[in-house]
Amino acid sequence: MTSVDVASPTGARLDRLRAEEGRAALVGYLPVGYPTVPGSIEAVRTMIDAGVDVVELGMPYTDPVMDGPVIQHAVDDALRGGVRVRDTLTAVEQLSGLGAPILVMTYWNLVLKYGVDAYARDLAAAGGAGLITPDLIPDEAGDWLEASDAHGLDRVFLVAPSSTPERLATTVAASRGFVYAASTMGVTGERATVGSRAEQLVADTRAAGAPHVCVGLGVSRPEQARQVAGYADGVIVGSAFVRALVDAETPAAGLDALAAVTAGLADGVRGAAR
Amino acid sequence: MTGRPEVSSALRAALDAGPLATHQGPYFGEFGGRFVPEALIAALDELDTEYHKALTDPAFGRELARLHRTYTGRPSPLTEVPRFAAHVGEGVRVFLKREDLNHTGSHKINNVLGQALLVKRMGKKRVIAETGAGQHGVATATAAALMDLECTVYMGEEDTRRQALNVARMRLLGAEVVPVNIGTRTLKDAINEALRDWVANVETTHYLLGTVTGPHPFPEMVRDFHKVIGEEARAQLLEEIGRLPDAVAACVGGGSNAMGIFNAFLDDPGVRLFGFEAGGRGLSNGDHAARFSGGFPGVLHGARSYLLQDEDGQTVPSHSVSAGLDYPSVGPEHAWLHDLGRAEYRPVSDDEAMDAFRVLCRTEGIIPAIESAHALAGAVQLGREAREWSDEPVLLVNLSGRGDKDVATAATWFGLLDDKAVEVQ
Repeated sequence: MTSVDVASPTGARLDRLRAEEGRAALVGYLPVGYPTVPGSIEAVRTMIDAGVDVVELGMPYTDPVMDGPVIQHAVDDALRGGVRVRDTLTAVEQLSGLGAPILVMTYWNLVLKYGVDAYARDLAAAGGAGLITPDLIPDEAGDWLEASDAHGLDRVFLVAPSSTPERLATTVAASRGFVYAASTMGVTGERATVGSRAEQLVADTRAAGAPHVCVGLGVSRPEQARQVAGYADGVIVGSAFVRALVDAETPAAGLDALAAVTAGLADGVRGAAR
Repeated sequence: MTGRPEVSSALRAALDAGPLATHQGPYFGEFGGRFVPEALIAALDELDTEYHKALTDPAFGRELARLHRTYTGRPSPLTEVPRFAAHVGEGVRVFLKREDLNHTGSHKINNVLGQALLVKRMGKKRVIAETGAGQHGVATATAAALMDLECTVYMGEEDTRRQALNVARMRLLGAEVVPVNIGTRTLKDAINEALRDWVANVETTHYLLGTVTGPHPFPEMVRDFHKVIGEEARAQLLEEIGRLPDAVAACVGGGSNAMGIFNAFLDDPGVRLFGFEAGGRGLSNGDHAARFSGGFPGVLHGARSYLLQDEDGQTVPSHSVSAGLDYPSVGPEHAWLHDLGRAEYRPVSDDEAMDAFRVLCRTEGIIPAIESAHALAGAVQLGREAREWSDEPVLLVNLSGRGDKDVATAATWFGLLDDKAVEVQ
């Protein structure tokens, strides 16, 4: 499946962080359109300035089955505010020059409707690094494998503690950029502890040939980030960032809170430097 | 008389490739598949394996048949309804397959008992389910009580209000009912929440999906658990009139009762198959659940099929007077049969369905579910063309459920509650 040699923007960033700073990356999720489209672009800028290394930009969807309540409510608000798929591409365009690769996280029907090749073409033209696809497995991704090769995009598929060795192998072979290891069986959200099966899953995914494995689901606190950064190539945080915006009284206070949460997590990731 | 229906070249090719009735997933033409998080794949594989093992195990078939005979009340009767048929058209004969007489009041129990037996084989202790009107939730809660399984049912908050009696029924049966208060707060959101629960608890929990949608193997498996409907009806009709029907009619929400009755006739191209979708308040204003008239291929809840969606691919809320048809997508096998031209799908409006509802009550003494009333209204639509098929056309209609749950809706619709009755309520 790796017959086409395509350079990975995200993989290059992860390699550079490891080589130059000896550490894992902080990968930050925020949805486009929350609280508004310009507000969300401003929030991602804030997050990058405060220490996020790779951005996971979420496109709101009516039926987000992999997301817990915090993200569900934020994307529900964004959709009621009228956010469109093309707003995501606009946001990518405005955010792609800031040093952090921008991966779009999207449920698959939105890409299908846009047209898989057309979406890949427009995402690449906007400066996007690739896609994270929570409800697309490589078995169903023929068009996307082709389009991402043609347009030089990363494709981040997920693995879970329930993945068999055979599925780890096929998912790793289909992925580019990194493999997204779900720390626990569940959906996005803040949890008291990071799943104990995460470290083993990272080891198994590496053994299956993955050059980069990042861990997400349930990571929200600096000490959790430090712990995960000790064994993974990246620490993916979503709900904790969204909550900073949701809980704030005003948009400006939201950005301040977001910067503080980001700085704490960035310290956590740096604390595990080796 | 035009005689036999036309067979398209695509349908001819599909029929030549093997029987349609035993077609296996994950794909039905370009539809179906598994568009779900990776976390669920291991459980879907386990279910697929266990299901196919059970199919070849005579003990499984015997146990399911015994339950259907002694608990469900199968075979369900076939009833000719001449006084109703007089409203369909002169010379037309109408037969109803009486799934309304099953235990729990609808066809849903067929699938639920089959899956519950699989749950026992897999050694899981907990089932979860989604429900719209509450019929599938009640059936699941029933099977869970019978087989000593823990049961959680997700139901849109909007639906828990509309169907409060069914919420109480599920709780009486020992199930936990969780109202879902995000999105449109209806069936679609209940499925989202059930999928989230399943992702988190998949190692101990089975998702007892209630219709022929979802990721493989659900569309194939749920169809197989319901195909007894068509098999019985076919034998009963042959016994009764010595020939196959000219047409089979069923309502289509997700499409399980329709697949159940269609299946036994799929490979007889002389039998026309009609699925009736919820036309709601009309296709022009968007208040409907007519996926084949107003939708386009897309992915929702794990399968590629016809889907009500906007130009971005966001799911568009559906509407129907019947909660059971109020769903923006449809089973992938129906999408395939539609594209092949093997089955035809037409909308029936809220008004047409409620008219047929009243006619059946008054002519035959049978109160149908409002879902099933869409199939009855479809038969009325077919009456106009049926005489072109044969001199004495025979329509087989699946009466998929009974209307006890719909009495309040119907009473309001027809203005049957006088002021005093409203006060008492």
